Amino acid sequence: MNSNLIASSATSDKIQARELTASEIEEIEHEKTLYPDKQAVGLEALKIVQKHQGWVSDESLLAISRYLDIPVSELEGVATFFNLVFRRPVGKHVMLFCDSVSCWIMGCENIRAHISQKLGIDYGETTADGEFTLLPVPCLGDCDRAPVMMVDENQHRNLTAEKVDAIIQQYRNNEPGEQGS
Amino acid sequence: MDKPLTKNIDMSRPPLEIAQYQAAGGYESIRKIAAGLAPADVLQQVKDSGLKGRGGAGFPTGLKWSFVPMGDNAPREKYLVVNADEMEPGTFKDRLLMEGDPHLLIEGMIIAAYTIQASKAYIFLRGEYIRAEHALKKAIAEARAEGLLGSNILNTGYSLEIVLHTSAGRYICGEETALLNALEGKRANPRAKPPFPQVSGLWGKPTIVNNVETLCNLPGIISHGVTWYQGLGKGVDHGTKLFGVSGRVRSPGCWELPFGTTIREVIEEHAGGMQDGYQLKAFLPGGGSTDFLLPEHLDLALDYDVIGKAGSRLATGTMILLDDRTCPVGMVGNLMRFFSHESCGFCTPCRDGLPWIEQIFVDLEEGRGSEKDIGILEDHLGYLGPGRTFCALAPGAMAPLGSALRHFRQEFEDHLSSKGCPYTRH
Amino acid sequence: MAKIVIDGVTYEVNGDNNLLQECLSKGLDLPYFCWHPCMGSVGACRQCAVKQYRDADDQKGTLVMACMTKANDGSIISIEDEEAKKFRANVIESLMISHPHDCPVCEEGGECHLQDMTLMSGHNYRRYDRKKVTHRNQYLGPFVGHEMNRCITCYRCVRFYDDYAGGTDLAAQASHHHTYFGRQSDGFLESEFSGNLVEMCPTGVFTDATFSAHYSRKWDLQTAPSVCVGCAVGCNTTPGERYGELRRIVNRYHGDVNGYFLCDRGRFGYGFVNSAERLAESQQGKGTGRRTVSEDEAVLELNRILDGGQVIGIGSPRASVEANLALLQRVGGDNFYAGVSDAEFAQLQILKQLSGESALHAPSVREIEECDAVLVLGEDVTNTAPRIALALRQSARNRADELAAAAGIPSWQDAAVRELAQRELSPVYLLSGYATRLDDIARATVVDSAPGLTQLAQALARTLDSAAPTPAATLQEEQKQLLGSIADDLKGARRPLIVCGTGSGSEALLKAAANVARALATARGGDQAVDFCCVVPEVNSVGLVLMAGETQSLGLALKKMQAGDVQAAVVLENDLFGRAPQSQVEAALAGVGQLVAIDQLPTRTTELADLVIAGTSFAEQQGTYINYEGRAQTSMQVFMNNQAARPAWKWLRKESETTLAGLLQTAETTLEGLAGITAILPVSAAAVAGMKYPRQSHRYSGRTAIQAAANVHEGKQPEDRDSIMAFSMEGMSSQRDTAVLPNTWAPRWNSNQSVSKFLDEVGGHLRQGNPGRLLFTRNGSSAGYFEPESAAVTTGDFTLIPAYQLYGSDELSARAEVVNERLTGAYVALAPHDAQQLGVAANDLVTVSADQEALDYPVCIRRSVKPGTIVAFTPAGQFPVAGAGDQVSLSKAQGSGQARFGNLIVSDLQQEGI
Ligand SMILES: Cc1cc2nc3c(=O)[nH]c(=O)nc-3n(C[C@H](O)[C@H](O)[C@H](O)COP(=O)(O)O)c2cc1C
Ligand code: SF4
Ligand code: FES
Repeated sequence: MNSNLIASSATSDKIQARELTASEIEEIEHEKTLYPDKQAVGLEALKIVQKHQGWVSDESLLAISRYLDIPVSELEGVATFFNLVFRRPVGKHVMLFCDSVSCWIMGCENIRAHISQKLGIDYGETTADGEFTLLPVPCLGDCDRAPVMMVDENQHRNLTAEKVDAIIQQYRNNEPGEQGS
Repeated sequence: MDKPLTKNIDMSRPPLEIAQYQAAGGYESIRKIAAGLAPADVLQQVKDSGLKGRGGAGFPTGLKWSFVPMGDNAPREKYLVVNADEMEPGTFKDRLLMEGDPHLLIEGMIIAAYTIQASKAYIFLRGEYIRAEHALKKAIAEARAEGLLGSNILNTGYSLEIVLHTSAGRYICGEETALLNALEGKRANPRAKPPFPQVSGLWGKPTIVNNVETLCNLPGIISHGVTWYQGLGKGVDHGTKLFGVSGRVRSPGCWELPFGTTIREVIEEHAGGMQDGYQLKAFLPGGGSTDFLLPEHLDLALDYDVIGKAGSRLATGTMILLDDRTCPVGMVGNLMRFFSHESCGFCTPCRDGLPWIEQIFVDLEEGRGSEKDIGILEDHLGYLGPGRTFCALAPGAMAPLGSALRHFRQEFEDHLSSKGCPYTRH
Repeated sequence: MAKIVIDGVTYEVNGDNNLLQECLSKGLDLPYFCWHPCMGSVGACRQCAVKQYRDADDQKGTLVMACMTKANDGSIISIEDEEAKKFRANVIESLMISHPHDCPVCEEGGECHLQDMTLMSGHNYRRYDRKKVTHRNQYLGPFVGHEMNRCITCYRCVRFYDDYAGGTDLAAQASHHHTYFGRQSDGFLESEFSGNLVEMCPTGVFTDATFSAHYSRKWDLQTAPSVCVGCAVGCNTTPGERYGELRRIVNRYHGDVNGYFLCDRGRFGYGFVNSAERLAESQQGKGTGRRTVSEDEAVLELNRILDGGQVIGIGSPRASVEANLALLQRVGGDNFYAGVSDAEFAQLQILKQLSGESALHAPSVREIEECDAVLVLGEDVTNTAPRIALALRQSARNRADELAAAAGIPSWQDAAVRELAQRELSPVYLLSGYATRLDDIARATVVDSAPGLTQLAQALARTLDSAAPTPAATLQEEQKQLLGSIADDLKGARRPLIVCGTGSGSEALLKAAANVARALATARGGDQAVDFCCVVPEVNSVGLVLMAGETQSLGLALKKMQAGDVQAAVVLENDLFGRAPQSQVEAALAGVGQLVAIDQLPTRTTELADLVIAGTSFAEQQGTYINYEGRAQTSMQVFMNNQAARPAWKWLRKESETTLAGLLQTAETTLEGLAGITAILPVSAAAVAGMKYPRQSHRYSGRTAIQAAANVHEGKQPEDRDSIMAFSMEGMSSQRDTAVLPNTWAPRWNSNQSVSKFLDEVGGHLRQGNPGRLLFTRNGSSAGYFEPESAAVTTGDFTLIPAYQLYGSDELSARAEVVNERLTGAYVALAPHDAQQLGVAANDLVTVSADQEALDYPVCIRRSVKPGTIVAFTPAGQFPVAGAGDQVSLSKAQGSGQARFGNLIVSDLQQEGI
């Protein structure tokens, strides 16, 4: 009950919580059955909202805070701790590019340079057309098939420049292949 | 040779469904338990088997379990947590188990949870492991439908629910107490030990955290017995282990092999030896936070103590190979960047020490390094060493750094003299 | 007791504590950051590393964090060990990597724990020569400044703000070396204890914004040990002055009262002292005829009036004991009236009556923290006695310590204890008029008006003791169950606590609360007193009621004035319009011949006075105040008012030889309630070589050229004839009587952390004893239970519940400029349902009509307000339209209000329309 304390004299524009969608609420309610404490559900809610909205906006953050009665600063502290909670908008497809040791040994830097050049974006950036966001990710656990990257929910292995071109094309054509492959 | 961990795994097809799994002898251990094994009996067998944790530290599993309060006065809620976070650079073994044979993990979880009488188990799965997530979800549903999960399992009076939790991503979540904070929806800073999770863990209740591979060993131990299990190993440690090789070898991969197998056998036979034009220069025997070993160590047996005596750690058993055409300074620099970014930021040496180290490596690569910098790196070895930081992340980072400074001093010097990296990227 | 060896020397220590705690208690210098005596250890900063040896044969040893290691019997450790020193030097080097080195322009400079620790840990030269991490700062409101670049990530701020003080809007964000401490976005820090961040932060991240606005180095401030005049807790403070202006207030450690913490009203509300509105000179005449009079003229005129006969004095709960005494002596006890509302006076009489009962004990703040079951009856402690609210939060945490003890976890293992206990708390029950800031720690809350709560309390007393009077009403099953659990928890507790106070405005509720405490004492058997904390509103409310005769109510005084029985009335530091209905005050003033008002700031009363006497603020005078538990404390003068204002007692004393001590001595012999009060006067025998205590700091010594730019003639320091302190440029040395501790400083410890050097053990008591003295003597038994009275029936649709606010309920702090930014103005809060029925929305005006008066209030809508009640906030200086529990009628009025509800920090505000 203390999460909704008000301090309205902020200098920044006030954020308005948005309405959570019915399916977001349903999923959050489901998580409540799995964890005995609302704080755990808070992190799950961040993931749920991100799944539906692509990222967690201030408005969403506030919405979760209100819905679960968790202080918004606490949620922010959690959201900004984890790598996979996006507090800034991302493109339609998120490329998680492994730049850890095995991939590095196998020459991932060249592939990364190739992607950057082809898409015109560096780590943390989104293409102008909003299609792709490129992010580094620690070891994806596919080191025997390095270099590796994950686009949305698909893993792409033994990357070469040519393969990368094909993958990008594939997503541009909306043919992402089987989920979770 | 028996391969209790991988016998059902064939990555060219979907994992076995529950019927097939049971036809192949799956869940036999649970039926054995239902037929009259008390938790204490199971604990004794696991202790006797000599099983050591496969999460990296190699702590005896039975001993760990024995710290959980049992009996009528024990807290009603207890938890089993599966550490399926696998984010250690160069480590790719738990993925194989979960994607390849999810029922084996579930079977192992039931055994472990039963032994400590946990009523709920969480799988803390790395968020990026989508395929494992699907496989586990399906397997959990199947096991529940079969009465192997849920209330009153096989009429034993024992009940268990499994919740699959996907992580929001941070290497530190693999540290078992940080993992508990993450599960509780908090910032994943590690917790002070003592108290150990066995006494005060998830939501303050007794909790066991075990690695995926550790748990996958249990069905075999209970189904086939301790003697059988002990017969699997070739060396000092018992049973089999997943060993992996990544780097410039002909066929990188992950294989189940008995303890005591030599490093040479793994690299040369299973991984097919080095690729043409590459020579082995050094290797990290058990993931990114182990010390470099050299070609002279190739004939060592893969056993916890043997590798320990050689100055490194067996840890996850997934080796990362450094070849002669790859810059050791660059490789360590890559690891340092990883550790620096993944530091939780709680304790000072790690939070502020690693970024400095990372910077020095960038500068070395880009020709801005100085002799003084190498001194600073050496200074940090002790400063971020075991016992100095709050958890084992920073000391883990110091393992490759310290050994690299010992073995590749010349390469570091070369970066100074040639004002940059003398290796050409390829 | 355990024996441990530190660098070859054997010490007797408390083996349950950690090594850092014990090292500091023994006076050893061991650097640290993240640890705090009130918040325990988390082992984050790693600064406190020492070498520990297994046994005498162990030559190698291992590094351990002293704060995370138990001081087990037989421990052998070394602070001086080279490896330990090297490690600590590495740690401090790390912490300084991104630190901006802006000490010359940093407000913390010269009293910075980070500076002290940097020197102590031996980091002199910088090796790091790369880019620093930088952050953006946030706007955190008018009180606290934010400079994140100075952060060393010790986590103390959030551990204090969230874990200790229950704040929710400050959190650690991001991670690794980008970890950030702030709010989610810019905005006021919501916690009423936010100011402690200034002292909690070991460097200059959180600074006192009011101080920054007129900054001075610590050693250039003139300071003296003072007592906060914000409320009746009587927290000990150190105000600092320079060039005739009060610059800031910081905490002054008191082992029983405030410990390490102050509330924001006390810390930031000092601006009224510097106010441009201050009555600098005395004035005579009314309206346009008013003219300034010299000090001599003022004395003559005042004496003429006082000696003219038929004079009454109206005392003040915000004036010192001495000021009230001087007035009392001057007009005589029969003509001395308590300047508080009649309802409050009646309540204070009950407190006075109860103060002699052996079965009850008024707990100190520290004792409150030790209680493990709490029942709050009708008091919004956060807004009436904030420091007590902070203590109640700690009581709730005792359950966690119990669980930890059972699990073998030491209580100082802060994170471990929290992880074990999760949300489990000791039982706290809040029965109040509206949702309060403590609701988050409550096991159950009941929101009702005073009559409703009184019935519950009566029934509870009866549940506890069947000999208690039969309650007036019958309860519902649900209520009975609740009372059952409350009774069980109170009976089963190690140390239960009943909190009530004058805040409910209800005499009946206070009596019922006393009955609960008496019944609890009976139920618990034995002869152990029950902790009964009765909160009163002002710094000297208790002092005033101990001085004024039982029948000497303000109402009586006003009646006499109105009847023309009084030639003159002297009003001491009081605005009568805040104490009685406007019509009554106006009628009284019309009837009185001469009105004299002594005050610091203009009020409606001074406006109407024939003679206005300029009084001094707490900082410009010495005085005694008696807090809620009957603790008399001396507040020393900080600086000399250069204007024509004088302390009230000096204006009022008859003989110019009368001293403060003299006043107290007479009081002791003539007023029963003040017996023992002279014992609190600090004696100069304890001063160094019979010299007085200088108010300037050590480092000020000899700085005679300070005004050289303006004037080469160094002015003579004012002389202090009244106290044992001196206005001197000599500067104090570090070895002093801790009872007169104006400024904590010790060699190598320039920050407030030096306080450990003055304590018997860290977090313990001041070495020469905590200053002050408890005046209540409890040797009487109860006169028997108070009989329930049936409430008088009045007409109207709504029952009134008075509300309080940290900013606004206290007359003085509300006049500090910064506090002004946090005021709301008067309002009434309605339940959503009632608002709908009345057709009013937030900020609309409603007319609240009571028996005699009707006033318009802006409306705010709070979800938790009980339908059929209104919660009315009336700022200090105004009198509420009706009393607590009175029935009033409401109707929609024209226009809309200006109340700034955005400043309300409550969780149940219905936001629509704001
Ligand atoms: C920084 C850090 C990361 C870790 N990551 C993992 C991990 O991803 N998976 C894992 O099983 N253990 C990991 N561990 C080890 C765990 O803390 C813990 O020892 C292990 O889960 C215990 O399981 P076991 O007894 O079955 O080996 C990590 C430890 C540290 C210090
Ligand atoms: S060593 Fe310290 S900062 Fe690093 S991950 Fe562990 S606790 Fe966090
Ligand atoms: S004070 Fe001991 S680690 Fe911070």
